[in-house]
Amino acid sequence: MTAVKLYPPRPDKIYLFGTCLIDLLYPEAGMDAIRLLEREGIEVLFPEDQTCCGQPAYTSGYQQEARAVAAAQLDLFPEPWPIVVPSGSCGGMMRTHYPQLFAGTDREAQAGEVAGRIFELTEFLVHVCHLQLEDRGEPEKVAMHTSCSARREMGLAETGPALLAKLGQVELVEQARAAECCGFGGTFAVRHPEVSAAMVEDKTQAIEATGARRFVTSDCGCMMNIGGRFAKQNKAVEGEHIASYLWRRTS
Amino acid sequence: MSGQNPVVQTYSPREFHRQAHDALGNPQIRANFRKAMDGLMAKRSESFDDWDLETLRELGANIRLRALAKLPDLLERLEANCEANGIKVHWAEDGEQACRIIREICESHDARSVIKGKSMVSEEMHLNAHLEEAGIEALESDLGEYLVQLNQQTPSHIIMPAIHLNTDEISEILHDKTGTERTRDVDYMTAAARAQLRERFMAADVGVSGVNFAVAETGTLCLVENEGNGRMTTTVPPVHVAVTGIEKVVEHLRDVPPLYSLLTRSATGQHVTTYFNMISSPRKDGEHDGPREVHLVLVDSGRSRIYQDDELLDTLRCIRCGACMNHCPVYTRVGGHTYGTTYPGPIGSILSPHLMGLDDTKDLPTASSLCGACGEVCPVKIPIPDLLVRLRRESVGEGRGNVAGAGVKRTRKEAAAWKGFQWLATHPFAWRAGTSVAGKLRALTPGKLGAWTDYRTAPKPAGTTLHALVKRHQANRSEQAGKSHEEERR
Repeated sequence: MTAVKLYPPRPDKIYLFGTCLIDLLYPEAGMDAIRLLEREGIEVLFPEDQTCCGQPAYTSGYQQEARAVAAAQLDLFPEPWPIVVPSGSCGGMMRTHYPQLFAGTDREAQAGEVAGRIFELTEFLVHVCHLQLEDRGEPEKVAMHTSCSARREMGLAETGPALLAKLGQVELVEQARAAECCGFGGTFAVRHPEVSAAMVEDKTQAIEATGARRFVTSDCGCMMNIGGRFAKQNKAVEGEHIASYLWRRTS
Repeated sequence: MSGQNPVVQTYSPREFHRQAHDALGNPQIRANFRKAMDGLMAKRSESFDDWDLETLRELGANIRLRALAKLPDLLERLEANCEANGIKVHWAEDGEQACRIIREICESHDARSVIKGKSMVSEEMHLNAHLEEAGIEALESDLGEYLVQLNQQTPSHIIMPAIHLNTDEISEILHDKTGTERTRDVDYMTAAARAQLRERFMAADVGVSGVNFAVAETGTLCLVENEGNGRMTTTVPPVHVAVTGIEKVVEHLRDVPPLYSLLTRSATGQHVTTYFNMISSPRKDGEHDGPREVHLVLVDSGRSRIYQDDELLDTLRCIRCGACMNHCPVYTRVGGHTYGTTYPGPIGSILSPHLMGLDDTKDLPTASSLCGACGEVCPVKIPIPDLLVRLRRESVGEGRGNVAGAGVKRTRKEAAAWKGFQWLATHPFAWRAGTSVAGKLRALTPGKLGAWTDYRTAPKPAGTTLHALVKRHQANRSEQAGKSHEEERR
């Protein structure tokens, strides 16, 4: 996290790992990521056999199951193209935990090689694409929730805000305790529902207090949690994946 | 055991969910912790302002790792050098044996009253209850510990034992138990407690303290504190007993300053504490003060078992600063008592299973969203989130099996569910078919999904999966490409 990462030059092609949450619940976020990348002249390869990174089983302690699921993903990226993941959580799993998961197995080298090619979407757009944006949207205040995995596991607290800063009409407002977890934590929200609820309640209050009517995030787990809490209370604050937000305002 | 003293308010890790429910519903507890933790986080970050924090954390981690790598050897050197200094060293395999050793030291001096400096290890082994059973009164002299003891509670934080109480509550406790005036004047209350404790220091037969760093090469016991009660405890009574876990040893005296700098900044945001005690011997001939006898009790209590495992070993790096709990969004909301263990918060959740077994503590490793805030601030870089996952693995029977109670959380139903997930996620065709069907049947998605929908709306599958959208998108593109290719040929 503290080591300086050397970014490659802009490639001709990339792989997209869409993540299971986006596949099932928020496919437009995945499509918007593809559109943003294609607009940069990059061909996006989407291995059809991708499913899930295995994180839910991994964080629940089901190591063998997680390893089997992860192993199935490892074979999907044979060419040396970067693998872009529109989620800090799944990206963190693949970059940080795949090497741990396969340490001492005959897949160790492959896991390390794949891990080295993992980029979270906003990281890739900022550091590899050096993305420039022309904002065509109305003036708007927006809050950003950077997921804990993006912020701490991948060290990407800055890339999301950096992209929003390129939108001339958008004012990024910072909620109180912005770095605090929203309470999702995958199965945590199910195993400790009341604690999780107290956390998301505080998060929604902090976002609402900024006056923004929209929050963006690059993790659909957080979006489902925070947005679901706002919706449950019939609040007029909406969540949007940062890929969709960037595409919508610049296309 | 605290259970033997029925008036003491007890909490159990088995009751984590109920205790969390109670704490979350208690606005006073919520407000006290939020305010205190916000303050501590701000102080910590200010105190490191002009430091290269990462370099210092790296140094701290390496000092602890080096000490642990040589632990058996360092403990022998510590013992030899302490003995050479006139400090009597005792070894205890578990808390019970440690209690017995301390009680016997007390009894050999016909001691009736013990004054205590803050020591989490003594909490861990329920020393006070043990001594009281033997007719020996043990009085806590750290102000927070004193309040908690007066209030018949246990500490809710390892550095600030009474952090769950606010000024009004403290005033009420002091008024109720010691007859002081009801007040919000903190200086008045502190002075009153100081006067009450001062008499007890003079009358105590034995002083019991903890140890922050035990230096192997010199046989020195370092004690970090702010109130002077530690110095009183270790110098006024004729006998001083220091008690600590075997992991607290460091190799060199020069290892202490970096760890001390990290400890005080991480804990309370202080650059130095008011007192830093270095205890290296009992009173020598010609000296006018200090105890006639100094004992060191080194407690194992499951630590050597942790030491056997190269991953779990990292747990023993801890220097007990409490920063992980100060920064934990779960601890901040449920408070320390909810965990029902001596060590609450993230460090407690990775340590308590080894001290108490997973049978009792199985809900602790899951009581984290794995947000990583604990690991980010840990001054000795303990990979706390990884260790939480490791213990989750142990509790469902997919670890190495060397934690007591391993496998306790595994149920046939959950194991089958994860096997089902594995099958689906490793059969791409079935995955695509399944997710596609879920999308088509989205109208049938239940509006209620357990506790999730008590607080949030239910997520609904989109009508079309990303897999399907990408396929359509690629078809469109190749069609367009085909067209333009044709145009070129014309």
